Amino acid sequence: MTRYFTEDHEWIDVEGDLGTVGITDYAQGQLGDITFVDLPATGATVSKGDSVSVVDSVKAASDIYTPASGTITEVNEGLADEPELVNTDAEVGGWLFRITLSDASELGSLMDEAAYKTYVESL
Amino acid sequence: MSEYPVNDDDQGEEIAPMLLPLDAWHRGKGGRMVEFAGYMMPVQYEGIMAEHLWTRESAGLFDVSHMGQIYVSGEGVEPALEAALPIDLSTLKTGSVRYSLLFDEEGAVLDDLMVTRWSTGFYLVVNGATKWDDIGTLRELLPDEVTLNHLDENALLALQGPKAFAALERHVDGDTPLSALTFMKGASFKLGGVDAWISRSGYTGEDGFEIAIPGEAAAEITELLCGEPEVKPIGLGARDSLRLEAGLPLYGHDMTPEQGAMEAGLAFGVNKRRRVEGGFPGAARFQRDFAEGTARKRIGLALEGRMAAREGAVVMQGNQQVGVVTSGGFSPSLQQPIAMAYVDAVHTADGAALEIEMRGKRLPAKVVPMPFVPHRYHR
Repeated sequence: MTRYFTEDHEWIDVEGDLGTVGITDYAQGQLGDITFVDLPATGATVSKGDSVSVVDSVKAASDIYTPASGTITEVNEGLADEPELVNTDAEVGGWLFRITLSDASELGSLMDEAAYKTYVESL
Repeated sequence: MSEYPVNDDDQGEEIAPMLLPLDAWHRGKGGRMVEFAGYMMPVQYEGIMAEHLWTRESAGLFDVSHMGQIYVSGEGVEPALEAALPIDLSTLKTGSVRYSLLFDEEGAVLDDLMVTRWSTGFYLVVNGATKWDDIGTLRELLPDEVTLNHLDENALLALQGPKAFAALERHVDGDTPLSALTFMKGASFKLGGVDAWISRSGYTGEDGFEIAIPGEAAAEITELLCGEPEVKPIGLGARDSLRLEAGLPLYGHDMTPEQGAMEAGLAFGVNKRRRVEGGFPGAARFQRDFAEGTARKRIGLALEGRMAAREGAVVMQGNQQVGVVTSGGFSPSLQQPIAMAYVDAVHTADGAALEIEMRGKRLPAKVVPMPFVPHRYHR
């Protein structure tokens, strides 16, 4: 399994052609208390960079962009009752959706963990 | 991840934000600083939800030094101020505070403000984002004999919450005990040895105090108050969610020059004698609206589900657009989304079922009376 990061602070774990997407711990810290996650519909076909989900915090709503193109296969149903999981466990239990990748070559433009760390430090 | 714009008041020129007396103090306490009304202000410290709930159960200290503090005095100040504002000063006793409104000639709301009678003049507190315009407007309206001083060396703190009294009382000394102040009353005190004007008022719906002190003493006094076990510093984020729950409108969002006082639900800002007599800018518009009612009204909406409606979201009744949301968010106290909206008067009965359009979804919402969370003023 390989983890990639976007400049918009999403992460994607890839295993074969299946990806799991969430937001980074840095992102949840910036957003503050998360009160609701508007998840995509399963079965939806999406393109890299599409706004597919919205995370609501007390102060604002934030778009979540898919790091890769493909078809949404599953969403984290647990977030309906426990959106705060995105705060407490952003990079594991607070995942948002799973996607079947249609073009694995897109991953080449994403950052690895070291590059993302450097990127966040530069902000 | 990209954030939608956070509510802010800084509509205007691109000038570098100014720093307030407590800037370094906020940064030292881990405050996340943002630009607001032309100043750098703390939006949060530990988190909006925790700060909000702390204020409701204990006491929160807010730095509101960006607000405009103005002292108006001189010969004929009383009739002059009545000609400028829809306030009845004959019923405002020394030390008493009253909510008022600043209108333009057409009766549009330019700002809301607090007016206090001091022994020799009147002390006004206006919104930060509008204070420069307000000073200009008031200067135009007031005759030359009336002096207008912008007290820009002052800081303004608000200590709010059910334990605010207990925390503050330990540090004040005055001719009258702090307990003598009831809601919307103020007096001079020594606070930690510093001259302070303290009134029992605020913008959260809780019991609490607003404290004007010299800017140079602000850090010392803030440190003193935050040293009390009941008190934590609270940022602008929770200030916004607290005032929303209290049903209190935010200037520039829930009231703008687009509205008159009636439509904004602020008729109480026009005192009874003045409703009849008029004699203030925009009186004709107010009197007409008061007699005939308005086509739209500012109302409260409680939403089903957890998705919040935000400013600008459209309010629907069936296929018809009947209003627009002016403030909205998730209520930390009620654990559900709430909103203020301007809605066609025919759809504003308590309990009326409406829908709010948000990101392609229809969120069921019900008209509810405001405040959403009961006020707990010390009357």
